[in-house]
Amino acid sequence: MDKSNKLRTVAAIAALFIAAEGYAAGGGGHLEPADIDPGNISSLQRGARNFMNYCAGCHSAQYVRFNTIGKHLELSEEQLISSLMFNADKTFETIQASMPAAEAARWYGTAPPDLSLMARAKGADYIYNFLKSFYLDPDSPTGVDNTVLPGTSMPHVLWELQGYQKGVFAEHHDGEITTLVFEHFEPATSGSMDAKDYDEFVRDTVNFLAYIAEPIRSDRRVIGTWVIIYLLVFFVIAVMLKKQIWKDVK
Amino acid sequence: MARIEAEVGKPQGGFMKWVDDRFPFTETMKAHVTEYYAAKSFNWWYVFGVLAMVVLVIQLVSGVFLTMSYKPAAADAFASVEYIMRDVEWGWLIRYIHSTGASFFFIVVYLHMFRAMLYGSYKKPRELIWIIGMLIFFVLMAEGFAGYLLPWGQMSYWGAQVIISLFGAIPGIGEALVEFIRGDYSISDITLNRFFALHVIVLPLSLIALVFVHIVALHHVGSNNPDGIEIKEHKGPDGVPLDGVPFHPHHTSKDLVAIIVFLMAFTGVVFFAPDMGGYFLEHANFEPANMTATPEHIAPVWYYTPYYAILRAVPSKLWGFILFAIAVVLPLFLPWLDRARVKSIRYRGWIYKSALGIFVVTFVTLGWLGMQPAEGVYVMGARIFSFIYFMFFLLMPYYTTIDKTKPVPDRVTYHG
Repeated sequence: MDKSNKLRTVAAIAALFIAAEGYAAGGGGHLEPADIDPGNISSLQRGARNFMNYCAGCHSAQYVRFNTIGKHLELSEEQLISSLMFNADKTFETIQASMPAAEAARWYGTAPPDLSLMARAKGADYIYNFLKSFYLDPDSPTGVDNTVLPGTSMPHVLWELQGYQKGVFAEHHDGEITTLVFEHFEPATSGSMDAKDYDEFVRDTVNFLAYIAEPIRSDRRVIGTWVIIYLLVFFVIAVMLKKQIWKDVK
Repeated sequence: MARIEAEVGKPQGGFMKWVDDRFPFTETMKAHVTEYYAAKSFNWWYVFGVLAMVVLVIQLVSGVFLTMSYKPAAADAFASVEYIMRDVEWGWLIRYIHSTGASFFFIVVYLHMFRAMLYGSYKKPRELIWIIGMLIFFVLMAEGFAGYLLPWGQMSYWGAQVIISLFGAIPGIGEALVEFIRGDYSISDITLNRFFALHVIVLPLSLIALVFVHIVALHHVGSNNPDGIEIKEHKGPDGVPLDGVPFHPHHTSKDLVAIIVFLMAFTGVVFFAPDMGGYFLEHANFEPANMTATPEHIAPVWYYTPYYAILRAVPSKLWGFILFAIAVVLPLFLPWLDRARVKSIRYRGWIYKSALGIFVVTFVTLGWLGMQPAEGVYVMGARIFSFIYFMFFLLMPYYTTIDKTKPVPDRVTYHG
């Protein structure tokens, strides 16, 4: 292998990592990118507040401890207790739903899933789009359906903020079969936020969900950088050692 | 023994002599390390054996630490993995090292096997090394499969469900065999427990034993080289092969460079992309196993997908299983399928070179097809490439006979 070939190989490997990490955020084919910023602590703090206020009533995050959140999101113990821990006493406790799972299953037909790992299972884009895609459906027991997860048993919890929207569907005729193809949403009632603020609200929340799915994500990147630097130095030494040992081999 | 007793009370010649009188330490080190000669002309294809050993050690050590916190029970397994990821000090690192190690084990082993195909390393007198190596590969596949059930995620559960149920296609004993493997009527706590036993005891012990035998056989006949010629045929007056350099320090210093490059790639994944976009850690496996909800798309991890594509290419479950098994075992017969008089690709004709190139494309394509849904054009593609896969092996006795080979040099090619 000549030098340029080696360089090309290294570049290809580096590109592979970048591509792989980028892909990891994606969930499906035609989802709007969530565009979250995992390094933005205030976005994560707002997301934590949103999560505890709007999600944690029904959804647990049973693997996530409050003190871990406090540490990573730069919150003091007082801030944790006053702004996030509505139904927990000790900071080492995990996030439990206020509503008992059995009751929830009885009311909604299915227990609201734990959200600790949802962002890793479905992708941040999926959740972002899901939270923006509730539309009025009089046939549904909750009054709404969702284009990202049709038939979902989740009501539109954020209706006060977003307002309700109508789905506009086009009819496609293929012989005798008529299918409804989603085109776009139209606002039906207005909420307390405009569309841009609501997007930001959902983005912060999804950012927090992505954080709790893998709390050490930003740490590992910092450590990883040092590991690679160490290996590069070690690499130079190893190459010199190899050359020294092989110098007499003809 | 008499000699040792006679020397009691006298100066013994140091600690090493004391040891060597009782255990062939110096002799073994010489035979296998400092005076084991391998060709100086090794290129970088020759580092993957050592790298496979490195990954084996990484997996054994990280595996031991995982075992200290993991709970092999259906009710606790998923939560215990998250406990390791979040609450155990550095647990996330250990877990990512182990999960990344699984994929890298296969990357390294596939490249190691390809090296053997490039330079005819399986040919006489190294047939047994190759066969032992294939046994290692089989055990490795079983080890990876058993290990994949342990996190008890959706893909763990349904992947195991699909693969174990394949044995049900065997006429007569099929269903009984499936029950025997699972220990239950479905994948359950019992299955998880026994897969844990296999994954942490039976299979790793077999791996270590087989790797040991693999190296004993290798050191008995000596390593092949990129020219595919025997360096033992040209020895100096001291009995040392003229074209050989000792394993230590020469090859070890070269391997060290390779190990560092390998570790850069490895830690690159561990720290920057541990999921590898869903290829190393599948997204669906972040949901706990749920026997009432089948994931919409079940795909095994990437290292099994070439064989999985072959399995699905066949409409009949039984024949799919048979072809799948043959596809896995077929390379074992390479030493006898390959009739060429030369070993190395350097001295083979265009036919083998093309065949090997097509084989690589076929294997990678099958791997990709095995990740796609089993429908339409993908199934058709899988059939075509499965056919090519089998033809590469089955026609080999013919095309390696008619292939025009070049004269092999007397001594190894080495440019320093």
